[in-house]
Amino acid sequence: MQDQKGAHTMLHVGLNHYLVLSGVLFSIGVLGVLLRKNALIILMSIELMLNAVNLSFVAFSKYAQNMDGQIMVFFVMTIAAAEAAVGLAIAVAVFKRFKEVNIAHFENLKG
Amino acid sequence: MILSLVTFLPLVVGLVLLFFKSDKFVKIAALLLAVAEFVLSLALLKNFDSTTASLQFVEKYDWIPQFGISYFIGLDGISLWLILLTTFLTPIIVLASWNAIDKKIKAFHAALFILQTAMLGAFVAIDSVLFFVFWELMLVPMFLLVGIWGGEKRIYAAYKFFIYTMVGSIFMLVAIITLMAMAKTQLGVMSASLLDFYKLQIPLQAQHLMFLAFALAFAIKVPIFPLHTWLPDAHVQAPTPGSVILAGVLLKLGTYGFIRFAIPLFPLAVEYFSIYFIILGVFGIIYGALVAMVQPDMKKLVAYSSVSHLGYCVLGIFALNTEGVTGSLYQMLNHGISTGALFLLVGMIYERTHSREIANYGGLAKVMPLFAIFFFITTLSSIAVPGTNGFVGEFLILLGAFKANKIAAALAATGMVLGAVYMLWMYKRIFFGLPGKLLTGHHELKDLNKREVMVLVPLMILIFVMGIFPNLFLDKTKASIEGFLKNNNQMQVSLNK
Amino acid sequence: MTDKFLIATMLLSPLIGFLINGLLVNYNNKSYLRSGIVATVAAAISFLAAATLFLKLLGVSAPEVVKAHFFEWINVGQFKANAAFVVDHISGIMILIITGVGTLIHLYSIGYMSHDEKPAKYFSYLNLFLFNMLILVLGDNLLLLFVGWEGVGLCSYLLIGFWFTDSEKAKAGMKAFVVNRIGDAGFILGLFLIFILFKTVEFEELAKLTYAPELGWGLLTFATMFLFIGATGKSAQIPLYVWLPDAMAGPTPVSALIHAATMVTAGVYMIVRLNFMFMATPNTMMLIATIGALTAVFAASIGLFQNDIKKILAYSTVSQLGYMFLGVGVGAFKAGMFHLMTHAFFKALMFLGAGSVIHGMHEEQDVRKMGGLSKKMPITYLTFLFGWLAIIGTPLFSGFFSKDEILWKTFASPMGSKFLWFLGVLGAALTAFYMTRLMALTFWGKSRVDKSVHVHESPIVMTLPLVILAVLSLIGGWVGIPEVIGHIFSIPNGWEHWLSKQVVDAAAHGSHLEEWLTMATSVILAGCSAYCAYFIYTKKADALEKLKNQYGKIYNIISNKYYIDELYQKTIVVPLVLLSKWFWSFVDVKIVDRTTYLLADIVRGAGSSLRLMVNGNVQQYALYIVAGMVAVLVVILTR
Repeated sequence: MQDQKGAHTMLHVGLNHYLVLSGVLFSIGVLGVLLRKNALIILMSIELMLNAVNLSFVAFSKYAQNMDGQIMVFFVMTIAAAEAAVGLAIAVAVFKRFKEVNIAHFENLKG
Repeated sequence: MILSLVTFLPLVVGLVLLFFKSDKFVKIAALLLAVAEFVLSLALLKNFDSTTASLQFVEKYDWIPQFGISYFIGLDGISLWLILLTTFLTPIIVLASWNAIDKKIKAFHAALFILQTAMLGAFVAIDSVLFFVFWELMLVPMFLLVGIWGGEKRIYAAYKFFIYTMVGSIFMLVAIITLMAMAKTQLGVMSASLLDFYKLQIPLQAQHLMFLAFALAFAIKVPIFPLHTWLPDAHVQAPTPGSVILAGVLLKLGTYGFIRFAIPLFPLAVEYFSIYFIILGVFGIIYGALVAMVQPDMKKLVAYSSVSHLGYCVLGIFALNTEGVTGSLYQMLNHGISTGALFLLVGMIYERTHSREIANYGGLAKVMPLFAIFFFITTLSSIAVPGTNGFVGEFLILLGAFKANKIAAALAATGMVLGAVYMLWMYKRIFFGLPGKLLTGHHELKDLNKREVMVLVPLMILIFVMGIFPNLFLDKTKASIEGFLKNNNQMQVSLNK
Repeated sequence: MTDKFLIATMLLSPLIGFLINGLLVNYNNKSYLRSGIVATVAAAISFLAAATLFLKLLGVSAPEVVKAHFFEWINVGQFKANAAFVVDHISGIMILIITGVGTLIHLYSIGYMSHDEKPAKYFSYLNLFLFNMLILVLGDNLLLLFVGWEGVGLCSYLLIGFWFTDSEKAKAGMKAFVVNRIGDAGFILGLFLIFILFKTVEFEELAKLTYAPELGWGLLTFATMFLFIGATGKSAQIPLYVWLPDAMAGPTPVSALIHAATMVTAGVYMIVRLNFMFMATPNTMMLIATIGALTAVFAASIGLFQNDIKKILAYSTVSQLGYMFLGVGVGAFKAGMFHLMTHAFFKALMFLGAGSVIHGMHEEQDVRKMGGLSKKMPITYLTFLFGWLAIIGTPLFSGFFSKDEILWKTFASPMGSKFLWFLGVLGAALTAFYMTRLMALTFWGKSRVDKSVHVHESPIVMTLPLVILAVLSLIGGWVGIPEVIGHIFSIPNGWEHWLSKQVVDAAAHGSHLEEWLTMATSVILAGCSAYCAYFIYTKKADALEKLKNQYGKIYNIISNKYYIDELYQKTIVVPLVLLSKWFWSFVDVKIVDRTTYLLADIVRGAGSSLRLMVNGNVQQYALYIVAGMVAVLVVILTR
């Protein structure tokens, strides 16, 4: 809040800006997951959501003067990497088997 | 130690039997071990102290100490005879199923013995969670007995039985958990022990709700009208051994539950609800008898007669006096013996003719005189002729009910007449008159063989011994029942203040 | 010999006989002689023990009762009932009748059942009946009485349906048991009420209590009323008499023993046993007397036009039992007991005589196909004659003294009335008529026997009991010659004296002149009525036809037994079966079971509609997640 007071020189980039950006990125990711049919794009959208969260973590960390958020980011990145590896492996396996990655055609897991 | 031994020996036997190959060996071993189990349980009788109302042969070990759940078992005069009834019936059932069960013999005996442990466990458990575990454990082998070895519509009947009982038990579980939580707030520690539950001060509203929860579970098991419709289906579809064990012991878990849990825990609710249960009991007596009267199928007739007989048990319990409760307990044993024998007898004739339609029979007394005699003695017990066990039970129940509510007892006494009507009418149609449709085709219909006589004779002896010397049995229960009633009255008085 | 041993012998001897014939003898064995002798010896031993016990009570310094306590039977809460037996002045007479007449009938049965297929079974049941009947009269408490009460009912069921391959006979047995059970249910309620009121069911304890007369409708009145319902069942009174005529399906000696001499009198015995209690409840007494008188007339009127020799005797039994109840109902317990005894003699005699006739006629029971048998069966005829003279009340015969005593007490007792007396006399006249008709059709007149039937006199095992019973029918009444006659010849009334220790009658008031007059009235009326019957049935058969035509409607109603069976069938049996069917097919299947199906359907329906949400489309699942998240956000933010 102190920084907002000293916003006399130029547009000061504050916490809200980060958060809005993070929210926008997250929403894009969500829409991507919900709407796209290509498994690879969906995986990428998930990455986008994860990174949107990372961004807000870092922003909070910076403004709260606390390293916890940044540590969290490392975890998220690790998870993201693992997830991408597993996800891509599945996608490749599926592609090899069915010659396509359109998830609309994979509904056999329903209960 | 001995109580645990009695309880778990059948389980071990059941599991071990699975590892043997020869069916013949399994049968013989099962019979011998079942007899051994019965002899072992007689040790309980021998060492039982009939002067005290407190629990005996108590064993208590921590099981899940975080929640105050323990392996806590014990025995008093109320459960003693029910345990002996269970161990007594098992060898008879094994012998009776010698030829009747012709597939998956090992699995059958395993299920039977596991069921026995479950029933014994439920009778001896003092810890409510332990009781619940045994209570639920009973369902599985019984489900298999009906579902694998049953009649044509066995799957339907098995599911009906299973789901009905499950519905009741869920409510009971909720009530048990609530009681455990109450124990935590009132006694400081969480506990699932019945003895701790007895100490709780339960508010009226909670008593009503929890009583109904318990009562639902037990009423389904008994079964009390209108929750009885699973019973005819289960009985008709179950194989003979299944029917015997169902009628002989399983149903008693319901009435036993009322005596052990529902009534002592919630005295105020009992005070409020007892009249409704008396009405349901009386209605069940008359309704069961009337519906039994017009059944065309022998097994169904016996099943509905169970509804009528268990109606007496409910009536006696809710009379809440010494005569009524004692009579009820006695009637539970009687019903186990006489209805068990009836199912055995129906099974024996079914093995020969593969028909249970009463209309197909007639004049059987001439063809199978020995069978007719056994059937007649059982009929006498079932309609409570003096000198048989049935009379003592029915008389005490009616006396107790009369003390509690004269009109209810007068109505219940009509059950005496109706019972005679449906049993004797069935007897007449099966055994008297000219040979029926079925018999003219079966010229070689053989009378009972030695094995079958051996199955029936112990039951027949017991029918008369229990009828002529009831004090042998009643003496053991006296202290416990007095204790149960005293406790109940005191709690009602103190809570009403 | 100790009392306990004697009582045990008396009770167990028939039981052992039952066990020997029932268990040890193969059920296919046709040796009637062996099983018959076993059973008869068992009964005879029992009779000897009973006689010894009776003699013990006779002496000058004799004990008032002989007791034997065997074991504690039921002891629960306040309720106690012992297996203990008492021989006192009431049960002393009963055991003599039961074992004495019983032994004779056992003996007779050896002859009667000689052609039967399962004599061992028959004799075992007969022995079992004796055992139960002895328990009934000896039990020292009401519950033990009830044990015997139901036990004799059971034996009656077994013996009525003895020839069970005939469906009708099996049905008659069942009817007897069920109708008796209705009474028994009443009895047991009476027992409960007595227990609630006095906390004991032991006769000795009950007799010690004092009973304030209960003029209104109190608990005691209900208790005695319920007990009386039990008596109407067992002793075949209105409205539960319907089983007894059907019970004639059993072998004839059974009818003689169970359905004439012993079992059916159990109700009278019970009331006499509890006379102190019944005396305290005038309302019940009035009911008993009224029912008794009505039954006496009603059953006698049905007996007028029956054609089955055993059915006539059956209705006669119902009618005579009505007299006994009339007696006890007006407080003349001793007279009721007296008639019980004399009736046991002459009715057993007549049944056995009828059995002899049936046996000699090769199973023919229709009196229209008899006639003129007096020459062919002289002993049977002569003995039957004694029975006939006794039942119509010929002076000097036993029936005269006992029936007259009842009628006089009805007339004179404060609990009786002139109207009841009139009914009694009317019944006596009817009795004389139908019994004479029976004699005329069976023994007198021309023979209408089918040519192919060779009538023969019965063997000695059958005629010997007849002779003994005939003698008893004559002299049996001399123990109770009423004071009005007795004082002329200075014969004491031993009967009154004997029973007065345990039974207190209502005091009767009346002059000797009145007593002579009532006596003369009934004798003259009965005599006229008997002569009419004799005249019509032996001389003027066409006059009878004329009457029949003139009063056809009434004749039809009476000969169809007033359609009472049909009435019960229509108003009770049929509706009950319909109700049961409705309970089953509608309440059980359509309502109760349907309701559970409905619950199951609700659960299943909910499941199957929710199932559609899970269609395998991952993106749709993700949408649910997002939607849920948004919903949570909205809830949080708008608070």
